[in-house]
Amino acid sequence: MSLAKPAMRGLLGKRLRFHLPIAFALSLVAAAAFKYGVTEPRKQAYADFYKQYDTTKEFNNMRDAGVFESVRPTGE
Amino acid sequence: MWTHILLKDKYCSVSSSLVFQMLHLTKGCVGCLLSRRAVLALTNSGARMSSHDHHEVSNNLDMSQPMYSDRLDTPLPDRPWKDVLDSTDKSLKQNEKGPWTALSKEEKITLYRLKFNHTYPEMKRPSHEWKTVIGGMFILFGITGLLSLNLLFFFSCVYPPQPHTFGEEWQAKQIQRMLDMRINPIEGFSAQWDYKNKQWK
Repeated sequence: MSLAKPAMRGLLGKRLRFHLPIAFALSLVAAAAFKYGVTEPRKQAYADFYKQYDTTKEFNNMRDAGVFESVRPTGE
Repeated sequence: MWTHILLKDKYCSVSSSLVFQMLHLTKGCVGCLLSRRAVLALTNSGARMSSHDHHEVSNNLDMSQPMYSDRLDTPLPDRPWKDVLDSTDKSLKQNEKGPWTALSKEEKITLYRLKFNHTYPEMKRPSHEWKTVIGGMFILFGITGLLSLNLLFFFSCVYPPQPHTFGEEWQAKQIQRMLDMRINPIEGFSAQWDYKNKQWK
């Protein structure tokens, strides 16, 4: 019975050479996916919202709904 | 006897886990199954003891002597498997002192089995313990579910009365106030409400 001698050395190095590039690549992909899937749309949503935002009008709407404690609704 | 089993924990992890399961699950047929498997494990270990350590009292292990162990992380145990050799084994051991190329395949295998109990594949053989574990787990889930749901619906109510803020009217007023305050108007709550048409988008 003569089996081939198994690899005795360099096992960690071999594993790292295989797994580390994959790990880095997948991490970069995950980061890019999060950036372009989540943060960029969110920034855009905020920008669009505040382009059309009239502060005074919103304040008066909220005041008339009665949610403020410092000002009562108009007409009271 | 229980201490003997627990001491051998280092060497027979299967039997000790069965013992602990026996201690926890003493219900009906499950307990029978496990006690049968535990008895099997114990008789195996008893057989191993009796044929090799004739200088020890039957049930007590002399832990001050080097011990044999089948462990994946210890390839060469402290003592060989068979200490007491009969005459054929002794002559084989004499042959072992010469060149190994002179030994036949069967002799080499006999020498291996003298020195070791299990081979690595035999040590790594899968046990069917997981089925007992999963089965016992599901049985306990079922019993717990029966008990808790029974208590909840049919017997004394285990929960106190709900807070008044959970009622339909209060919830509606709460939602209206959140919309008035413009909670999360960009991506969240109030963003889903159409303020012009007074309805959900």
